[in-house]
Amino acid sequence: MTTKPVERVDTVTVRFAGDSGDGMQLAGTRFTSVTTALGNDVATLPDFPAEIRAPAGSLPGVSGFQLHFADHDILTPGDSPDVLVAMNPAALKTNLGDLERGATLVLNTDAFTPQNLRKARYESDPREDGTLDGFKVHEVSITTLTIGALEGYAELGKKEKQRAKNMFALGLMSWMFSRPTEPTREWLREKFGEQPRVAEANIAAFDAGWAYGETTEAFDHAYEVAAAELPPGTYRQITGNLAISYGLVAASQQAGLPLFLGGYPITPASDVLHELSKHKNFGVRTFQGEDEIASVGAALGAAFSGHLAATVTSGPGVALKTETIGLAVAVELPLLVLNIQRGGPSTGLPTKTEQADLLQALHGRNGESPVPVIAASTPGDCFDVAIEGARMALTYRTPVFVLSDGYLANGAEPWRVPDVAALPDLRGAVRFAVAAGANGENAEHGFAPFDRDPDTLARPWAIPGTPGLEHRIGGLEKADGSGDISYDPDNHHRMTELRQAKVDRIAGDIPAAEVDRADPGARVLVVGWGSSYGPIAAAVRACRAEGLAVDQLHLRHLNPFPPNLGEVLRRYERVLVPEMNMGQLRSLLRARFLVDARGYNRVAGLPFGTGELRDAIADEVAAAEGRGEPERSLS
Amino acid sequence: MPQVGDGASNGDARELTKKDVTSDQEVRWCPGCGDYAILANVQSVLPKLGVPRENFVFVSGIGCAARFPYYVETYGFHSIHGRAPAIATGISTARPELSVFVVTGDGDALSIGGNHLLHAMRRNVDLTVLMFNNQIYGLTKGQYSPTSEVGKVTKSTPVGSLDHPYNPVSLALGAEATFVARSVDNERQHLADLIERAAQHRGTSFIEIYQNCNIFNDGAFDGVRGNKPNQIRLEHGTPIRFGAEGEHGVAMGANGELEVVDVAEVGEEALLVHDAHRDDPGLAFMLSRLAHTPHGPTPIGLFRQTERPVYGDEVAAQLDDAVARKGPGDLQALLRGRDTWTV
Repeated sequence: MTTKPVERVDTVTVRFAGDSGDGMQLAGTRFTSVTTALGNDVATLPDFPAEIRAPAGSLPGVSGFQLHFADHDILTPGDSPDVLVAMNPAALKTNLGDLERGATLVLNTDAFTPQNLRKARYESDPREDGTLDGFKVHEVSITTLTIGALEGYAELGKKEKQRAKNMFALGLMSWMFSRPTEPTREWLREKFGEQPRVAEANIAAFDAGWAYGETTEAFDHAYEVAAAELPPGTYRQITGNLAISYGLVAASQQAGLPLFLGGYPITPASDVLHELSKHKNFGVRTFQGEDEIASVGAALGAAFSGHLAATVTSGPGVALKTETIGLAVAVELPLLVLNIQRGGPSTGLPTKTEQADLLQALHGRNGESPVPVIAASTPGDCFDVAIEGARMALTYRTPVFVLSDGYLANGAEPWRVPDVAALPDLRGAVRFAVAAGANGENAEHGFAPFDRDPDTLARPWAIPGTPGLEHRIGGLEKADGSGDISYDPDNHHRMTELRQAKVDRIAGDIPAAEVDRADPGARVLVVGWGSSYGPIAAAVRACRAEGLAVDQLHLRHLNPFPPNLGEVLRRYERVLVPEMNMGQLRSLLRARFLVDARGYNRVAGLPFGTGELRDAIADEVAAAEGRGEPERSLS
Repeated sequence: MPQVGDGASNGDARELTKKDVTSDQEVRWCPGCGDYAILANVQSVLPKLGVPRENFVFVSGIGCAARFPYYVETYGFHSIHGRAPAIATGISTARPELSVFVVTGDGDALSIGGNHLLHAMRRNVDLTVLMFNNQIYGLTKGQYSPTSEVGKVTKSTPVGSLDHPYNPVSLALGAEATFVARSVDNERQHLADLIERAAQHRGTSFIEIYQNCNIFNDGAFDGVRGNKPNQIRLEHGTPIRFGAEGEHGVAMGANGELEVVDVAEVGEEALLVHDAHRDDPGLAFMLSRLAHTPHGPTPIGLFRQTERPVYGDEVAAQLDDAVARKGPGDLQALLRGRDTWTV
């Protein structure tokens, strides 16, 4: 515990920034762990370059990790950091613009060499030319102090010692925000279990950072953020990719089916493949195919064979899997397609976030090829969405798109650990056909693989190894019922309608759209989907705090839409649809419901800031009250 | 751990007949197509394998050959161009107890699907790959294929193809497939024997079947059919001889390359004795290079059969091992993780 005065604050945003080799993600992740364990609500935004190691000190090589923590529930990683830890001039340059005057800067002055200033394209030292006027600047010789703290470690070279500077920075931040220190020491001992001296050295650097804050005159007081009041329960920290992985394992267990995941490494989806590969004792088969096409192909083969099958990728991978997903539509087998979206088009921004694959999921196949689409709204929600996707796929025997994105994938939040006993039971959705005619099929001419369940319109799932149900499926159009190849024009029209009807029917099996209502009733509705939930909800909250009446609706089911969606939209004078794309949901809403939905669209590779959305919503409210149209175009 | 069904079906004790594995679908290949002979051959072999009918799965891609699954009364999956090995890999990995066949053509397997075929063989997935090679694209009406000879004049190569062709057997051996063979569509007994052995082999079995496309590439294999002097029949454990009277043979030359020799000149003891079970695929590869296209002396028969761990078995073993080490997965414990706090 610090002996200096402690100031209580309700919310803080800290950003660690340095070279991509400086361990900023590690420091940030660790800071997040101790912070969630303290009971604060937390949202994080890791932001790193696609290059594994860009040249040291260069602008493209800057890696950042931002976390927002508070004594109340929060929805975003924060617009603007209160504290920036900049490990070199490039980190300062790329991040300073996000800070408001008055924010605190902790600069590693050892890295402010003429050479590094040049690499960061500074013409003069920003510490001396007025650039930092108005900021609280702490110049700390982080590298020198770290090396000094490790004097006793003769066996470690200078480079190895330097590498511990992220732990020094973490120690200093841990002091500044009154984070407990022992859990981090324990974590380091475990992390370097096989190398106790390295563990000790990192702990020494961490302790030195803490002690620096405690003893140096520069820091006159520390801060404290009290625990947030979250609903009672047992909590842990979780990222979207971890949650989606757990959701798949849970769905497999709840369905009583083994899980088969076909994947191919792609940012930001790879962690799902990595995570599921660890859980073989849950009967999870993971297959790293030779390419995206093989990965989804193998998954479809596993689906035919009676497994809960999934493939995980990002947008460019979906592009490659497209033909196989179309085949899955034709053969009507359950298949989860998890798209962890990233910036596009093409390779685009691999490590940045975007929500621009909605139309790809809906329409990115040849022919009339309807596929249900759902999207996660928070990291923890990825768990529930995976289970919901599995439920839909198994019940209706159809491929299902589950959309997440880079922000959810890597972002972390506290997550209330679900009670397994309360998870949906999916066993009812799994009905393997056991005999011709046993599931309502026409038994007259033997097994009819394209007869349908009258409720769900699902065709029978007859898996190889079942005597008497030998049958052939494939991409060529099949005759309704018998499943024989058919070129009959009327049959093709009927099958097209049936495939669409099967997806449409899901609308009767999902919750109605529920609006988060302002009081009093509002004339403006803000509609969102996916990871923009946090910023939109925070902005709506900000507007309401200012007395503006705004309602909010966040969609999980994007195909089919909730059955009451049109009716809900038509209740409002104005509908605003903020999206990290050029208006994909908006055009769907306009086309489907003939409502004059307006967009707020920004495709920057980053989540929305709360401030920009607040302004956009306020403009919409003003327009609804007849105070002029916003200047935004419909783009 | 969840299980699908209760493993391999014990099925019907009744012996299968050819009729049992013939579907009610009308076969729609061109009259005179070599595929008919292969289909009949497969239908005659399946009942001999001792596998319940419901445990057979035929997977295909796109092409004339790819219609095959519709004609056998088993489980079947007619998929998309080139991807049959990938889909079959999923089936075999999910359910190692199934007997999975991939039926494909030279365009499907070696052109659009070349990558998947290579990787299935590399992994040694338990599949029987029947690759019908007619050295032409049939379904799309007569373009050159990856096995067409240089100079081939087709609709897409009116002045002759420039592409160097694959030798499918060399390719399979290069990918270290554990069962590699070649036969000819109408060599009834020879083909039946190889299909039977391929199906019984655990791991990827690859059979290149010279198949006549009488519409677009008629007679491409006439030089090696039947008892034509150019056909070399490989028999494990016997000296490699061929020719109308067996007057030719294959011997290891002084320069380390295989040579075609006159038996009368060198004596039978100088001939290479075919060993299909050598672990090193080098010699089998050299045999495959004797003829790059079926116009010179061309070996048919089993080039190589070796044992290597089977992919689906290994996947299952890792699962079993994980359960033995850690116990069956406890979902609540997984979700809870290690660092929790209670509010």
